[in-house]
Amino acid sequence: MNLRAVWAIYRVEMARAFRTVLQSIISPVISTSLYFVVFGSAIGSRITEIDGIAYGAFIVPGLMMLSLLTQSISNASFAIYFPKFVGSIYELLSAPVSYLEIIIAYVGGAATKSVMLGLIILATAALFVPLRIEHPFWMIAFLVLTAVTFSLFGFIIGIWAKTFEQLQLVPLLIVTPLTFLGGSFYSIHMLPGIWKTITLFNPVVYLISGFRWSFYGKADVSVGVSLGMTVMFLAICIAIVAWIFRTGYRLRN
Amino acid sequence: MHPAASDLYEITFSSRPYFSMSSIISISGVTKTYATGFKALKEINLDIERGEIFALLGPNGAGKTTLISIVCGIVNRSSGTVTVDGHDIGRDYRAARSLIGLVPQELTIDAFETVWATVNYSRGLFGKAPNAAFVEKVLRDLSLWDKKDSKAITLSGGMKRRLMIAKALSHEPRVLFLDEPTAGVDVELRQDMWAMVRRLREDGVTIILTTHYIEEAEAMADRVGVINKGEIILVEGKAELMRKLGRKQMNLELRAPLAAVPDGLSHYSLELSDDGNQLTYTYDNQSDRPGVASLIRDLEAAGVQFRDLDTKNSSLEEIFVNLLRQEP
Ligand SMILES: Nc1ncnc2c1ncn2[C@@H]1O[C@H](COP(=O)(O)OP(=O)(O)OP(=O)(O)O)[C@@H](O)[C@H]1O
Ligand SMILES: [Mg+2]
Repeated sequence: MNLRAVWAIYRVEMARAFRTVLQSIISPVISTSLYFVVFGSAIGSRITEIDGIAYGAFIVPGLMMLSLLTQSISNASFAIYFPKFVGSIYELLSAPVSYLEIIIAYVGGAATKSVMLGLIILATAALFVPLRIEHPFWMIAFLVLTAVTFSLFGFIIGIWAKTFEQLQLVPLLIVTPLTFLGGSFYSIHMLPGIWKTITLFNPVVYLISGFRWSFYGKADVSVGVSLGMTVMFLAICIAIVAWIFRTGYRLRN
Repeated sequence: MHPAASDLYEITFSSRPYFSMSSIISISGVTKTYATGFKALKEINLDIERGEIFALLGPNGAGKTTLISIVCGIVNRSSGTVTVDGHDIGRDYRAARSLIGLVPQELTIDAFETVWATVNYSRGLFGKAPNAAFVEKVLRDLSLWDKKDSKAITLSGGMKRRLMIAKALSHEPRVLFLDEPTAGVDVELRQDMWAMVRRLREDGVTIILTTHYIEEAEAMADRVGVINKGEIILVEGKAELMRKLGRKQMNLELRAPLAAVPDGLSHYSLELSDDGNQLTYTYDNQSDRPGVASLIRDLEAAGVQFRDLDTKNSSLEEIFVNLLRQEP
């Protein structure tokens, strides 16, 4: 294992985040605050609570997941797409590093950033609403698992993408709608029958539900199913990455 | 047969055609067909000797970068094997790649990192322990030390090129590939680079460079390989190459201008300058009868008088151009 290489890549990825530290911290703080103003206050004045949880508090896990998913994907996809785009990837390909080491470094870097982001959002949210975390271990577990899974997913997108457009396409057309329809701002029990069934095909529902359970002990679907779905999605991403690296897909001509 | 003699027989007449104790890179039967179906390399066999400076010459699109990229692990070969110091680049890629430093043709660096971070990153990527003193030395040698805290984006083109070299040297490679290192580099910097390449060679580093500047190969290389349309058409020691394929030219400065080459001299390959003041005779210096003496006699007989005469060897460039012209 070329741990020095893993560390070198990881450090550069983290340095990129800290170089834009203002942006990395301020933008989630601002957007979280805006969500609270718009959703928490405007909607919260009509819906006072869901499942016995104050609406403002109810949306916190969903908000965290929303940012976690989009940021994991964009961090990881950009991190590998950019060197491909400017050509500096030659160095990575010519270095004595294995594909596994490349993944650990890039995905690790992207996931670390998203976890930190999630915690910043949590801290911001705590300023607006009283929070309660019933299962801190599972909260962290879901946080890390989701960050890793979607960083891996982003990594795959970054390798697949040939243009900046394609890089934006998947997050824009698939991930964002799925997240908004994933029960961040409502309980899926509030949906009319057929929509509830359709929603169950949305993987994000399971992530948010499980994550919310770790906060308030209440879930839309059972926690076991949530965890199973998250792990399954991780496994699918790992399988795709393994295939990419076995074939050298879009990395080595 | 005496056992020792049979051993000798084995060594001398070994069926392995590309086996050589001194070669550090061994390329055999390497082909490359790109996804587009374009066959960029056709069956390349090439040995690079330990500690030499090898110049790979060839016109645009000949396959130089493709070949280098295969050895360095950036491009997958379609067939064939490559070993670096005995390590197969596929099976034993870690060992093979740790020995190699690459300065690619294109300037591609992360623009937002500082010079210092960029070079240390390269060192780490190749699994070497941090060594600030060594990195400092590399940067000083390349006159980049006072730029160490600058971001790459603020460097000039020539400095970026030196930064690419610094990255390649940061992990103490034993083999250095320079893909057109002096393209777009001013004369002074080019001289500096040549000096650096010679210093590296003195330290035992093997250097493979591609270039369009043939004077560069002429000044630096121990051996020259010529590649054209994906085939190595010649590999030769530079000195032998110039001797074998080199042609000589004799220039005669005439006392009085001529309107045309005199009839009696038409069987010599003579060329008259436009102003008629200079006569150039091109001949093969390997020939038994170069014809210099007889030409001078015949000139006298024809009444052509000259003030001065000089001879020169043709340059590698002329050899190169001639070689490619002969190719179908
Ligand atoms: N990724 C690719 N896909 C398809 N064809 C390619 C690819 N890369 C290079 N080629 C083709 O392979 C041939 C050899 O290219 P290569 O870059 O190795 O040439 P070169 O000798 O380095 O040329 P130059 O002196 O211009 O740098 C060219 O015809 C080129 O068009
Ligand atoms: Mg080239």
